[in-house]
Amino acid sequence: MTSVRTLLEKPWIWSFAGALVVWLATVAFTGGYGAGGMVTAALSLAVFTVIVGVGQMFVITLGPGNVDLSLPANIGLASAVAMKVMGGSDSMIVVGLLAALACGAAIGAINYLLIWALRIPPIIATLSASFIIQSVDISYGRGLQIKPSPGFADFTNRQVLGIPVLAMLTVVFTIGAALALQRMIYGRSVLAIGQNIRAAWLAGVHVGRIRFLTYTLCGALGGIDGALLAGYFRGANVDIGNEYLLASIAVVVIGGTSVAGGKANVPGVWGAGLFLVLLLTMLNTFGVSAGVRLVLTGLIIVGVITAAGGEKAVR
Amino acid sequence: MTAIAPGTLPKSSPRGSAARARLLRGLLPALSLALVLIAIAWLNPRAISYFGFTLMLNLAIPIALATIAQMFVIAGNELDLSIGTFVGFVGCITATWLREAPLLGIVVLLGSIGAYALLGALIHLRNLPSIVVTLGMSFVWQGLAILVLPKPGGKAPDWLLSIMSFKPPYIPFPILAALLIAAVVHFGLMRTSYGVILRGSGGNAAALRRAGWSLLRTKIVLFALTGLFGVLSGMALIGITTSADANIGNGYTLLSIAGVILGGGEFVGGRVSPIGAVIGALTLALAASPLLTFMHIPPDWQVAANGAILIIVLAARVLISRRER
Repeated sequence: MTSVRTLLEKPWIWSFAGALVVWLATVAFTGGYGAGGMVTAALSLAVFTVIVGVGQMFVITLGPGNVDLSLPANIGLASAVAMKVMGGSDSMIVVGLLAALACGAAIGAINYLLIWALRIPPIIATLSASFIIQSVDISYGRGLQIKPSPGFADFTNRQVLGIPVLAMLTVVFTIGAALALQRMIYGRSVLAIGQNIRAAWLAGVHVGRIRFLTYTLCGALGGIDGALLAGYFRGANVDIGNEYLLASIAVVVIGGTSVAGGKANVPGVWGAGLFLVLLLTMLNTFGVSAGVRLVLTGLIIVGVITAAGGEKAVR
Repeated sequence: MTAIAPGTLPKSSPRGSAARARLLRGLLPALSLALVLIAIAWLNPRAISYFGFTLMLNLAIPIALATIAQMFVIAGNELDLSIGTFVGFVGCITATWLREAPLLGIVVLLGSIGAYALLGALIHLRNLPSIVVTLGMSFVWQGLAILVLPKPGGKAPDWLLSIMSFKPPYIPFPILAALLIAAVVHFGLMRTSYGVILRGSGGNAAALRRAGWSLLRTKIVLFALTGLFGVLSGMALIGITTSADANIGNGYTLLSIAGVILGGGEFVGGRVSPIGAVIGALTLALAASPLLTFMHIPPDWQVAANGAILIIVLAARVLISRRER
């Protein structure tokens, strides 16, 4: 009994519960058909949300006002860069991934540079940056070889016993992220800055360096996500990252991370990622039209946020 | 973050250089607009005419209205990431129901303003992050727009078309409309006593609460005003484009935020400027397409031009604020 209670007190349990409910509802609707396949599909799609979600989580944990709005543009550009560098040949896969990583990290670093040099809120800095990245992508991606190499496409789609390889790797990555957050000086510093930036500074935390690292990390994750997305969907395009603006913020908040900063939750990102993907699967299974699907997705997100409630006035 | 917010010294000593810096800062939006205008005049002198302005600034009216809408939420320290899809939703209603069944159309549009007011109440009562709530709502508006108008089409009501194609003597209509919008909102928000309370709710909420003002009410009013100007923006847009599309307003979310900031608004503290916001919207509208066209820059770089202007103006503001201290 007490173990159940401690489990219920975990902020991340609700996102997994939500995912389970949505999955059960869909399975009940299909009469048990495709229950396993649905989990496989959900895992392989949730991966992309989880990767950017973790990046966004670190940024949001830095405190009120910290959010990276440039992720969609970043993902779009990095996917094009990765596919261009790979040039359709398997021998260049690692180089392509590194290029995407570097591209994303550079965007993250530029974001922080704008925040620091212009002393503007991160929302505006990442917004202005995303305007420019978007244009670079449109102009760079035009008439480009945008197909992934066959080996890379296979790798991003490979499954072992119904579990996508990417999902396994992402689980390893998120465990690493959780350790970094709770056990490493870097993560503790991020949390400290989010709780009280001035107190953290007085306590000797290198505030500027940690914030720079966090934005760069988030950008790099966006970059690698772009490359993986392009591999999974067998092609890059400008709009490939569009849905990840809402998704990255939503998984962080639904997953139990405080929008006021200073309190982060890695497992919740997985739960919320699965919840969002399964929600879409459910609405598709029910056969609702695109309009109804959008309305319901929006209402459910607003509903979940309302139920979870905020703690402090934040933006 | 708040410790480094520039220019939070309303009663700083009226010494020469500081006062000059403040004046310069206040003039910055107008200066950037003038700069863009001079560039256009230099590249294509014929554009500076009655018809030139009417053409170049036509789309600036809905952008200015959307920017004003965004400005109200920003005045209350919130952010509306759904204004773009909301404008699209209003556009779809305007091009269909408002023409075919005016009464139904009016009820739906008033209802959507009510929805905004409720959203404000919800955000205040549950202490929700407005970014997430409005991101969720952006899906709702987009979905509703698709339900109302699955394929691009529809037609604007005739009375709206005749309003938007109004040709006043001497002064081009968009400029007249911009002046009117700026004047009305400036008076309402900056010169009335409740306007002060509204801005105060973003500046120092705790002080307002202790003075006995209802923060719930200010938030509801601010969000309802955002809804109202969102509706006006959608209707103006359809009055110009004559037909609608569910995605027609999508770009307005980012444009409106950029316009407010460009116009001298701050993200926190209720520091906004209606006149500045309108000027910011005009600058963005001019710089995004006419200027680039005259400079023979491909339309690919249109969005980048907005970003670059934003960064340049903010950089200039930092330089000026540094002198202000």
